[in-house]
Amino acid sequence: MDLMRELWSTLGETAKDVLPVASFMLFVYCVVLRQKLARARNVIAGLGFVTVGLALLLLGVDKALFPAGRMMVEQLSPADAHDASAAPSWTSFHLIYLFAFCITFAAAIAEPALFAVAQRVNELSGGAINTWGLRIAAAAGVALGVTLGCMRVVAGVPLHWCLIAVFLVIAVQTVTAPRVILPLAYDTGGVSTTVVTVPVVAALGLGLAELLPARNPLLDGFGMVAMACTVPAITVLAYAQIAMLLENRARRRRPESD
Amino acid sequence: MRLFGRMVLGTVRDMAPVVLVVLFFHSIVLGQPISRLFPLVEGALLVVAGLVLLVYGLELALFPLGEALANALALRGSFVWLVVFAFLLGFGTTFAEPALTAVAAEAARAAASSGAIDHTPESLERYAFGLRFVVALAVGCALTLGVVRIVFGWPLPPLVIGGYVLVVALTFVAPPAIVGIASDSGGVTTSVITVPLVTALGIGLASSLAGRNAMSDGFGTIALVLVMPMLFVMAYGALLSWI
Repeated sequence: MDLMRELWSTLGETAKDVLPVASFMLFVYCVVLRQKLARARNVIAGLGFVTVGLALLLLGVDKALFPAGRMMVEQLSPADAHDASAAPSWTSFHLIYLFAFCITFAAAIAEPALFAVAQRVNELSGGAINTWGLRIAAAAGVALGVTLGCMRVVAGVPLHWCLIAVFLVIAVQTVTAPRVILPLAYDTGGVSTTVVTVPVVAALGLGLAELLPARNPLLDGFGMVAMACTVPAITVLAYAQIAMLLENRARRRRPESD
Repeated sequence: MRLFGRMVLGTVRDMAPVVLVVLFFHSIVLGQPISRLFPLVEGALLVVAGLVLLVYGLELALFPLGEALANALALRGSFVWLVVFAFLLGFGTTFAEPALTAVAAEAARAAASSGAIDHTPESLERYAFGLRFVVALAVGCALTLGVVRIVFGWPLPPLVIGGYVLVVALTFVAPPAIVGIASDSGGVTTSVITVPLVTALGIGLASSLAGRNAMSDGFGTIALVLVMPMLFVMAYGALLSWI
C-alpha cells in the first residue's frame, strides 16, 4: 500500500512537469495558430503514457539505481579512505573508477531520450547512422566523462582545467570531423544526461565526496554532470571520424580490385 | 499489441547491462550474498515499466506534436511568433523543471557553506530563486538563438566553440564556488521531456524551410542549451561578487 501512495504522489509531481509544457504547446498549436490536431487521440494518450511512465521510472530509480550506486561506492572504496592522515593515493580507488565507468555506460544505454533521438536520427539519415553505434558512442562518452570526474574529485584537480582540456579536444575535432555530424555530436551530451543517468551520476558524486574527509560534499559534488554532458561530443565525433577513415580506405582499395 | 511486446523486450534488453554491472560488482568483486540485492528488485521492475510507457509515449505524443508545431509556425511565416514561442518554451519549461529546483536549493546550501551568502532561510531562498531565474533565462535565450540559427542557416560550430571560449575565460573571473554549479546547470536542465521536444522542433523547422537539411541544421539547439546556462550562471556569479 505504501508503494501505491508513493506512486500517487510521484504521479502528481510528474503531472506538474508534463502538463504545463503540453498545454502550452497545444494552446499555441490549436488556439494561436488555429490548426487542427491530427490524430488527437494518439497525442493525448501519448501524453498520459509519458506522465505515468515518468512517475514509475523516477520511483524505480529512487528505489533501485540510486541506493545501488551509493552502496557500491561505499563498499568498493579502499579501507583507508576515511582516514585523513593516511592520505590514500588517488590510484587506490581503481575499483570505484571501474564501477563508475561500467554503471554510467549501462545507465546511458538505458536512457530513454537517447534511444528516442537515436531512432529519429537513424530514420533521418536513411539508415546511414546506426542506432546502436550512436547509443554506444554516446554512452562511452558519458562513462568516460564521469570516470574522469571521479578521478578529478579524488585527486582534487580544479574543474576548470578538466573543462579546458575537454573543450580543446572538441575544438580540434570540430576542424577535422565531417561537418554534417557536428550539430548532432554537440547535442548528444545533453541528450544522454536525463532521467536515468543524472541520478546515477549524483549517487556517485555524493557517495565519493562523503567518503573523502578532505572534500566538501556540497562543493565537490558539483562538476560531475558537466563532465558527463561535454565528453560525449568527443566520442561521437571520434566514432564519425573512424567511420569516415574506414570508408575512405575501402574506397581507395576498390579501384585496385577492379 | 505485438509492437508493445517488442518494446517490453527491448527495454528489458536495455536494462540488462545495469543489472549485470550491479550483479558483477556485488557478487563477484565484493563476494556479497545475492539476497542483499532483493530490496532493489521492486525498484528495477518499476524502472522497466516506466521506460516502456515513457518511450512509447514520447514517440506517440512529443515527437509528432513538436514537429507539427514547428511546421505550422514555419508555414505561418511569422518570424516574431517563432522567436517568442521559442523563448517562452525554454524559459517556462526550465523554470518549472523539478530537477533544477532541487539543484538550485543544493547550490544555495553550498554557497552558504563556503561563506558566499548568509545561512538564513531568506538568503538561501533568494539565492536559489536567482539561480533558477538566470538558468531559465539562459535556456530561453539558447532556444531563441537555436531557432534563429536554423532560420538563417548560421553554422553551429562558431557559436558552440565561441561559447566554450567565453566559459573558459569566465572561469578565471567567476568565484570558484560558482564554477561547479554553473557547469552542471546546463546538463541538469535537459530533461526527458525537453530533449525530444527541442529535437522535434529543430527537425520540423529545418525540414519545412527550403534549403535547410534536417540532419545538419535541425540538430544543435540542445548544444546551445548546454553552453548558455554555464555562461549566464558564471557571469551572474561574477556580477554578484563584484557588487
